[in-house]
Amino acid sequence: MAEAGKAVLELVGISKRFGALPALSGVDLRCVAGETTALLGASGSGKSTLLRIALGLLPPDTGAVWLDGERLEPRNVTMLRRRMGYVIQDGGLFPHLDARENVTLMARHLGLPRAQTAARVRELAALVRLPEAALARHPVQLSGGQRQRVALMRALVLDPALLLLDEPLGALDPLVRAELQEDLRDVFRRLGKTVVLVTHDVAEAAYFADRIVLLRDGAVLQEGAPQDLIEHPLDSYVARFIRAQRAPIGGIGA
Amino acid sequence: MRTTAALLTAALLAIAARAAAEPGVVIGSKAFTESIVLGEIAAGLARDAGAEVVHERQLGGTRVVWDALVRGEIDLYPDYTGTLEREVLASENVRGREALEAALARRGLRLGPSLGFENTYALGMKEERAAALGIRRISDLRAHPSLRFGFTSEFLDRADCWPSLRGRYALPQRDVRGLEHDLAYRGLESGTLDVVDLYSTDADIRYHGLRVLEDDRRHFPEYDAVLVWRLDLEERAPAVVASLRRLAGAIDAPTMSAMNARVKLDGMSESQVAAAFLAQKLAVAAAAPEEGVVARLVRNTRDHLALVSVSLGAAIVLALPLGILAAKRPRLGAAILGATGVLQTVPSLALLVLMIPLLGIGAPPAIAALLLYSLLPIVRNVHAGLKGIPEPLRESAEALGLPPRARLLRVELPLASPSILAGIKTSAVINVGTATLGALIGAGGYGQPILTGIRLDDMGLLLQGALPAAALALAVQGGFDLLERVVVPRGLRLGREE
Repeated sequence: MAEAGKAVLELVGISKRFGALPALSGVDLRCVAGETTALLGASGSGKSTLLRIALGLLPPDTGAVWLDGERLEPRNVTMLRRRMGYVIQDGGLFPHLDARENVTLMARHLGLPRAQTAARVRELAALVRLPEAALARHPVQLSGGQRQRVALMRALVLDPALLLLDEPLGALDPLVRAELQEDLRDVFRRLGKTVVLVTHDVAEAAYFADRIVLLRDGAVLQEGAPQDLIEHPLDSYVARFIRAQRAPIGGIGA
Repeated sequence: MRTTAALLTAALLAIAARAAAEPGVVIGSKAFTESIVLGEIAAGLARDAGAEVVHERQLGGTRVVWDALVRGEIDLYPDYTGTLEREVLASENVRGREALEAALARRGLRLGPSLGFENTYALGMKEERAAALGIRRISDLRAHPSLRFGFTSEFLDRADCWPSLRGRYALPQRDVRGLEHDLAYRGLESGTLDVVDLYSTDADIRYHGLRVLEDDRRHFPEYDAVLVWRLDLEERAPAVVASLRRLAGAIDAPTMSAMNARVKLDGMSESQVAAAFLAQKLAVAAAAPEEGVVARLVRNTRDHLALVSVSLGAAIVLALPLGILAAKRPRLGAAILGATGVLQTVPSLALLVLMIPLLGIGAPPAIAALLLYSLLPIVRNVHAGLKGIPEPLRESAEALGLPPRARLLRVELPLASPSILAGIKTSAVINVGTATLGALIGAGGYGQPILTGIRLDDMGLLLQGALPAAALALAVQGGFDLLERVVVPRGLRLGREE
């Protein structure tokens, strides 16, 4: 439905090897403004690697990354990263800073006005439903769910065009996870962000995504709307991958 | 970091200023009682002639004191003609007083008049043991190959001592070890040693009931006690030199032996003994500056703290960037860690002595050696602390769009701070202990009473250095534990307590 939209993130012909091991081979990915894309796959399928390449944390062997029509290069990578928000599985919060300091680290580095930053923190805390008191706590004093909310605030503080989330709910217990899923989807819709979500959970992918990209062994196997993949799996692997996860309880590792 | 550098510069300047402000005559002595007594006597005479006098006591062995004289760090010191001929100028084959005078003059030095006694090397055994084995002369030792020898390291190495003595007498003994002179006597008493080297004026000969073995092949040369001074002293302070010349023939062997005994056996200070001699023999009222226990403790503490704080401060300033570089550039890092590691394997005593040709004697070489010695624990812990940051955290900082410098300052160094602080603490504690060796090259500190305590077999004196050094090490450790609460971010400490 968003084929006509402007590409916020575009990865073209990305290949990457770790030693002799191929991690990605010729992957293309195009994410359109306002759309949520789920990168789905088993562990080792290359989905997290693709995200780290998009952020310039890892140089690809071949291929290029474009953000809003600008090509990611060593000279501009630091600036471009400020237009992407990144959240990883257990938050990646800095243990030496409290929640507020974690959220405002970049704002302070850029020397933004304090009052403006404080207002932004209040606004974001309300948005992700984090109690004000939690802002003064250090990561070890926060619950897993709170940590992810803080991490999301940190990713959003500079109002980036793009959010890159690597298994953001992977380490949470089921109840917290369900609650946070709802809150996250709510945030995405309200802000209209372009989102790339890495997950191995089919249900989660279907819940969030406008479009699913299924990866296997570093290559795109099938992509399309969630319903497409479920109803018209392209081959037996896709069928098995999806069926296995919709089995009895679901969501327990693929 | 800037304040540390400023403090460091200030401290170095203070040391330099102190060195520059010292006028008058600097006297050196070797690290044994007789040399120190003679140094004190010379100091008393120089003071009597109106000079400001500094006596750098027990600077070290012959080579250290000689080098200090040649370099002009001291103006004079007592030595023995045999030592000068056979050891210091061994390569020039100097024989006889005239030849020695000429050789010294070529170096800008003057051989002062004979003081009036000889202190030659000799070998000694416990009287009963020697009697039981029927040993009178050194050549008698040949018949007893299993005897255990304990010699000072100087005696072991000097060309005119053990290496040639062993050849001259064809001595077969294999069990020959090097140890400190005063410890050798204890070895004799306890029966772990049979034969030691002696000085013929040693107070211990009588005290320990030793038999001095006859040098029946006339191996040891004459060891006439003399003062050696720099020629420029004669222009700078002619009155001092004239005063020193009054010592010609003034001390005979029994007098010297008695003075040694008063220090070593009666527990008098070298200054007191020297003052008594000057008053009786030369009618010189030497107001020997006597120092009480407290004053000495204060001075040693001040010197020790200066050694530790300046060297540690400089080590931190140097090691932090090295450790960061090592963590950021793996190949260079291996070289840095390797180099600092090699420095650490150099025995601390050797490192200290290696600094003398570069920086002379006193505090500067000691500080340099301590600095080099303190590097490894800090560099290694900075490196380990930075390398130990979990990959996801490092990447999170990068992904935020923080430039490298900000990542280092705002994220990586704070995360590594517990490890860095632990490294500095290790360095500081080692440094406090190692700094006691500084006294060997005239740097002062708690090593001073330890050295003197060993020399005089005076446990009380030894403890005056050892106890405060141990207390300081504990205090440093405690201080760093407190500092940790300030330096290490609260969030990291919370993590550890859980």
